[in-house]
Amino acid sequence: MRALPISCFILAAGTLLAQQNYSPGDVEDGRRLYVANCAVCHGPEGESVPGVQLDHGTFRHGSSDDEVGDIIRKGIPGTAMPPHTFTAFQARSVVAYLRFMAGSPSRGPVATGDPAHGKAVFESKGCLSCHRVNGNGARLGPELTDIGSLRRAAELERSILEPDAEVLPQNRFIRVVTRDGATLNGRLLNQDAFTIQLYDTNDRLVSLEKSKLKEYAFTNKSPMPSFRGKLSPQELSDLVSYLVSLKGIDKQ
Amino acid sequence: MNRRALLLISVTSSLFAQVSFDRIMRADKEPQNWLTYSGSAQSQRYSTLTQITPDNVKNLELQWVYQARSLEKFEATALVVDGVLYTVQAPNDVMALDAATGRLFWTYSYTPAPESRPCCGRINRGLAILGDTLFMGTIDAHLVAIDAKNGKPLWNTTVAKAESGYALTHAPLVVKDKVIVGTAGGEYGIRGFIAAYDVRTGKEMWRFHNIPEPGEAGHETWGGDSWKTGGGSVWVTGSYDAATNLTYWGIGNPGPDWNGDSRPGDNLYTDSVVALDADTGKLKWYYQFSPHDEFDYDAVQVPVLADMQWTGKDGVKRPRKVMMWANRNGLFYVLDRTSGEFLLGKPFVEVNWMNGFDEKGRPMRVTGKVPSAEGTLIYPGNQGGTNWYSPSYSPHTGLFYIPTWANYSSIYVKGKDDDYVEGRRYAGGFPRSAIPFGRGGQNFRKEEEGYGAVRAVDPATGERKWEFKMNDVTDAGILTTASDLLFSGGREGYFYALDARTGALLWKTTVGGAVASGTMTYSVNGRQYVGVAAGNSLFTFALKQ
Repeated sequence: MRALPISCFILAAGTLLAQQNYSPGDVEDGRRLYVANCAVCHGPEGESVPGVQLDHGTFRHGSSDDEVGDIIRKGIPGTAMPPHTFTAFQARSVVAYLRFMAGSPSRGPVATGDPAHGKAVFESKGCLSCHRVNGNGARLGPELTDIGSLRRAAELERSILEPDAEVLPQNRFIRVVTRDGATLNGRLLNQDAFTIQLYDTNDRLVSLEKSKLKEYAFTNKSPMPSFRGKLSPQELSDLVSYLVSLKGIDKQ
Repeated sequence: MNRRALLLISVTSSLFAQVSFDRIMRADKEPQNWLTYSGSAQSQRYSTLTQITPDNVKNLELQWVYQARSLEKFEATALVVDGVLYTVQAPNDVMALDAATGRLFWTYSYTPAPESRPCCGRINRGLAILGDTLFMGTIDAHLVAIDAKNGKPLWNTTVAKAESGYALTHAPLVVKDKVIVGTAGGEYGIRGFIAAYDVRTGKEMWRFHNIPEPGEAGHETWGGDSWKTGGGSVWVTGSYDAATNLTYWGIGNPGPDWNGDSRPGDNLYTDSVVALDADTGKLKWYYQFSPHDEFDYDAVQVPVLADMQWTGKDGVKRPRKVMMWANRNGLFYVLDRTSGEFLLGKPFVEVNWMNGFDEKGRPMRVTGKVPSAEGTLIYPGNQGGTNWYSPSYSPHTGLFYIPTWANYSSIYVKGKDDDYVEGRRYAGGFPRSAIPFGRGGQNFRKEEEGYGAVRAVDPATGERKWEFKMNDVTDAGILTTASDLLFSGGREGYFYALDARTGALLWKTTVGGAVASGTMTYSVNGRQYVGVAAGNSLFTFALKQ
């Protein structure tokens, strides 16, 4: 019971630190690159290679952003760390994500629950009405099939308890009203000077010309309800453990 | 040979005359051609062609596409001389095409040395021409002269050492019998310079060090040995004014970029415009936009020259030779180009690093707005309120047009003050921004997180007249014409025409890739074309026939 508020406090402090140093955009770019290129060996928590703790923020072969970026690009001769074809800027984005990892706790007691029970919690609490896992559920919210490869336990816990705390840019909702009075809500997929693309609440990919809209605006809050007080500590722990176990269709 | 054959030869040679320097200086008299990077020595990127108008621009249609065999950004502005279009496929392949059909006449492939390491893409922004000779700077810092008729190299001069981080990315500038280039490489601790070469031989005729050495004026603005590695790149082409015989160039950031501790002082002539005697390279005057810069605010813009009525301090209007400059630091400037006198400076985007000018035009800094260990939020952000993308000035509307990054900021984190190692990155930190460096993909940003725009500014006051908004930011240059059309694009992959007087959208098409080049226009056999590079291809449009 007592672990939960402490975990939240550390998370808030870590988030603050991260925000001071890196923009969410950099961290998100780095996260994408990390997941696509690094997590296969280092794991989502940065600890899968024995003796290497990427999430601790200290590195054996360098300390400055430049040095860590160089290691990412050039590899470490004589070890299993290969060179990568990142540009200097991409390597910097990965460094931004590594710094972000180090500024937030990697694991708390919440990740030590029972994934099988967490699956039951997930299905009974209505999560599938917005989220999709392995082909089941709705597509309006973020797809969760590989969420355990993309997000860390502490981040998942925060999204469940405080969904408004951080809505990632790719999960932003938009509300549009057409000239003939129809209202559409959905997740923004893309936009430019003349058009908007969204995935709407009726399971459709919709592309609209702005010139034919009466109004359009971002929805400020996350459409996801907070589950604070609606889950027991054990249910929350089990649910997070289940989500952490979701590694994608080729890693089942 | 009979009389008729003689006549034919004489007609042909007059149609395909060599490009004399006199022709370049009178480029406005032959608007069918595009003879320099910015269309004229004044660099206004303005054409007097009027076949395409606000009324008929909706009838533009695609004429031809040249798909480059390169996945690098296509940043070159083409030249057109009497129906032949010359451009560069990145990094350094020169092509001559039929300007009406896009059919290839010849290709010259230059293979840069493998140790070349331009910081921000293996790109090239275009060519210069004089006589029958084309000139290209290469990313391994060579200057190459090429026969415009057959694509064969005539001479190849080493301008600087590629392995030390030097590169040439901009289109050279021809002035009389010299071809002038400046070196890039400011992220590698170079000591940048501008140099002039004999157009016939490639022999160096003069060199201006962008960073003064001991004994030279301005050296006192560099602490210790920092001048040796102080950066000062040149990224885009300068301008030339025959009346003063001055050539004007913008100088890039000091190095290390984001940590100025090792280089106390103003760091002349970084982030400055320098006015050089075109015959000798001697400095006539300079104006520094961003003294002791730690935000990467290169003066990486084309100097735009114009003669206009200017209201003096006594309230009286007089003709004045001015230079207009929308700077990466977020401010729009007007200077007297004969003396460098500061006439006007006004933000064209959100600016929080300065809050006014002293009487000499030096910006007054805001306390605490410097890079820090915990990060400092600065407007505009690292890519600037604008960047290398060509602006345009229309003498017809009297407005100055700026490719703009609006609401854009970065968090500047001060990095370790690394020791200089030749050829290695020497930048001292890394700024963070909500707008990723990469382009393309999906855009989820809110307006307050930054957007791209074309902004029209009245140079007399610095006031904004209108704005054309995009969602994504823009790397597209701007072209205006005497029929009050404005052509531009952006990262969203549209190419469009606006009413230059009002900013109203008149026509748009998709080119399927980011426009990261300056648009130009020309005509062949009386038909006006508009050319723009987007993605990895060059597109040309003309009115339906």
